[in-house]
Amino acid sequence: MGYQMSTVEFNNVISKLLLDYRILAPVCLEGKGTFSGTDLVTYGDIERIQDVVFDRKTVYSAKEAVFPPSETMFYFTEEEFKQPSVDQKGILVFARPCDINAFKRLDAIYLESGPYPDPYYLQLREKLKFVLMECDHGFKNCFCASMGTNETSDFSLLVRSEGDQIFCLINDTGFEDLISESLASNSIRKVDLQPGFVQRNKTRLQIPDKLDNSLFSHPLWQEYASRCTGCGRCNFSCPTCSCFTMQDLFYRDNPSCGERRRVWASCMIEGYTEMAGGQEVRKTQGERMRFKVMHKFSDFKKRFGFHMCVGCGRCDDVCPEYISLPRCVQKLQEIKNGGVR
Amino acid sequence: MSVHTKKLIKNAYRITRDRDITALRIRVPGGHLPVEYFDIIKEVAQKYGNGTVHITTRQGFEVPGIPMEMVDKVNRLIAPILKGLEKDIGVQVNDEEIGYPAAGTRNVSGCIGNRVCPFANYDTTDLALKLERIIYPNDYHVKIAVSGCPNDCIKAHMQDIGVLGQVEPLYNPDRCISCGACVDNCHKRSTGALTMVNYRVERDEKRCLGCGECVLTCPNSAWTRGSNYYRVVIMGRTGKKNPRIARTFLEWVSEDTVLKVVANMYDYIEKHIDRRLPKEHVGYIVDRTGLNVFKDEVLKEAELDAKAKVAQFIDFGRYFYDRNQM
Repeated sequence: MGYQMSTVEFNNVISKLLLDYRILAPVCLEGKGTFSGTDLVTYGDIERIQDVVFDRKTVYSAKEAVFPPSETMFYFTEEEFKQPSVDQKGILVFARPCDINAFKRLDAIYLESGPYPDPYYLQLREKLKFVLMECDHGFKNCFCASMGTNETSDFSLLVRSEGDQIFCLINDTGFEDLISESLASNSIRKVDLQPGFVQRNKTRLQIPDKLDNSLFSHPLWQEYASRCTGCGRCNFSCPTCSCFTMQDLFYRDNPSCGERRRVWASCMIEGYTEMAGGQEVRKTQGERMRFKVMHKFSDFKKRFGFHMCVGCGRCDDVCPEYISLPRCVQKLQEIKNGGVR
Repeated sequence: MSVHTKKLIKNAYRITRDRDITALRIRVPGGHLPVEYFDIIKEVAQKYGNGTVHITTRQGFEVPGIPMEMVDKVNRLIAPILKGLEKDIGVQVNDEEIGYPAAGTRNVSGCIGNRVCPFANYDTTDLALKLERIIYPNDYHVKIAVSGCPNDCIKAHMQDIGVLGQVEPLYNPDRCISCGACVDNCHKRSTGALTMVNYRVERDEKRCLGCGECVLTCPNSAWTRGSNYYRVVIMGRTGKKNPRIARTFLEWVSEDTVLKVVANMYDYIEKHIDRRLPKEHVGYIVDRTGLNVFKDEVLKEAELDAKAKVAQFIDFGRYFYDRNQM
C-alpha cells in the first residue's frame, strides 16, 4: 500500500522506526570531501528525512552497514577470548536498486561460497532491511541497466521525496502497523504507488560472454600498468568488493592482551597477493587490473551464475587517474569482436 | 616639464628610464580577476601606452610607455578597475576617477588556491581580498602573499608576511584499512609526521605541517579535513641589502588572527619607522627593534587558541657579501 504524507508526518514515522532500527542513508558531510571546500556524500545515520541526500550518488556504498572497513572479531587475553557484542537493533538502509542487488553478491561470497556462512557477516545481514530509493535518471558513469541490476523487489519500504511531500510504499507486512497507527490521527493519504526504475543509462555495456585466459597477455593491460597508481579507491567504493585481511594486534601497555580484526583489503594495492616468503603473484598494476576485471565480469559468474559488478559506476567516479572500468570492459568487447588491437 | 614625482609614484606610476614617459601598475588582489578588465587594460596600452603589458611578479599588470601628461586621462579610463577590484570589495577609495590612492603597500598576491588546485587548503583569493581591505591604501612598503598550502607556489617565503594554509587532519581509525599510503606519502612529500603503530596511524603534532597530504592520499576517507588554520612566515625579502627567506612566526592560527596581526603590523611600522629615510621597508625595522618588540605589538589583542604556536626566536640566517670569499 502507498501513502502520501508531509515531511513532518514522515519524520514521526522515522522516530518510531528509530526505536527498533538504526537507519542508514546517503548523507552529505559538509567539508569532508577530499579537497578543500568539497563535501562528502556517503552513508551515515539519519534521524529525519531531510538528512537524506536523494539527488546525488554516494562515494562509498551501503555495504559498510554489514561489512565495516574495520571489524574486531574478538578480544583475547592469555587464555580467553570474547567476541564484541552487537547492537540489538535492526538496520534499515536507504539504497538504490544497484546497491540492493549488490547485497546478493555479498551474500553469495559470505553465505554461499563455503561450507558454512560467515558468522560476522550473517549476524549483521540478518538485521538488514532496505528502503528503496528510486533513480529518476541514471547518474554519471552508471551502467546498471547493462548489468541487469536496475530493478529490485527486495525492499521493505519505498520512499520518494517530492518537495515537502513524502511518498511511501510499504512492501513488507512487518511495517504495515507502523503507518496504520499514524493513519488514524493524521492527514496521511492512501495513494497508488509503483516503484520506478531506470531502464537506460548513458553508459551501455555489452559484457563479452567468454573472457578466457587468452586475454591474459593482451597488451591492453600494459596501459593500466602505467596509469593505475594502486590506491584502492575503486575497491573501497565498490558495493561488491568483499576482500578482507586479518590483523592480530597486541596492546602496547599489555602485550598479552589484544584483538583480532578484519579490515578491508584491496586487490589493487601492493601486497594483496604477497605470500610468506615474499612471493607476489601479481606484481604490476596491469595484472591487478586484469584480475579485478576478470573477477567482476567472468570468474564470479562461473561460480554463482551472475556477474559480480552491479554497474553503480563508483569505481569510475572515484579513480584519481580517470581509469574507467566500464571503458575497460568495452575495450574487451571490441577485442572479442576483432576490433581495436 | 614639471612633475611632482612623489605624487606620481604614489599614484602607482613610476619614473622610467625614458624622459617624460611613465608606466602604470594595476593591482589585482589575489591575482584573480574577471576578464572584462582586460578590455580596459588593452585600451590603456593601445591608446596611451606602447601597446604592450608586463605581467608583474606581484600578479598585477604594468602598462609601459605612457606619456606623463596622459596620466589624468589614463586614471579616468581605469576607474572601473578601481571600482570593481578595490572599492567594491570594501577598500576605501574616495574618488575612483583619479587613479590609485597609494602604491607603497604592494598588491597582495596569491596562488590559485582551492578554487582550482587540489592541494590548496583554502580560498586564497578570498583571503587576499580581506587583506587588501585592511592594508590598502597605505604608503608603507609592505609585501604580502598568500599560499594555499605549504608548497608555497606563490613564494610567500619571499614576502614580509607570507600566509600558508593549514588544515587539521582528523583520523577515524574505524575507516583505516592500514594501507600505509598516508604514512609513505607524508615521508616522501612532507615532514614524516605519520607512523604506523599497531596497524593504526599516529600523527606527531610537532612535526605535522597541516599540509593535508594525508587527507588527499587516503583512499577511504579515514583522514578528513578538520578546521582550517594558517602559518604565518615573516620578513622574507629580496633586495640588495641582506636578502633572506621568511621564517615561521605563527602556526595553527585562525584567519581572524592573521588579519589582526597584519593590521597591528601597520601600527608597529607607524611607531618605529625611521622617518629620516625616504622609506623604510618593514623587514629592516624588525631588524632594528628585534623580534620581541614586533611580536608583542602585532599580537596585541590577537586571540590565539590553544593550538596556536608562536616563535620565541627566529634565526634568519646570514647573507655574506664579503668579497674576499668570492
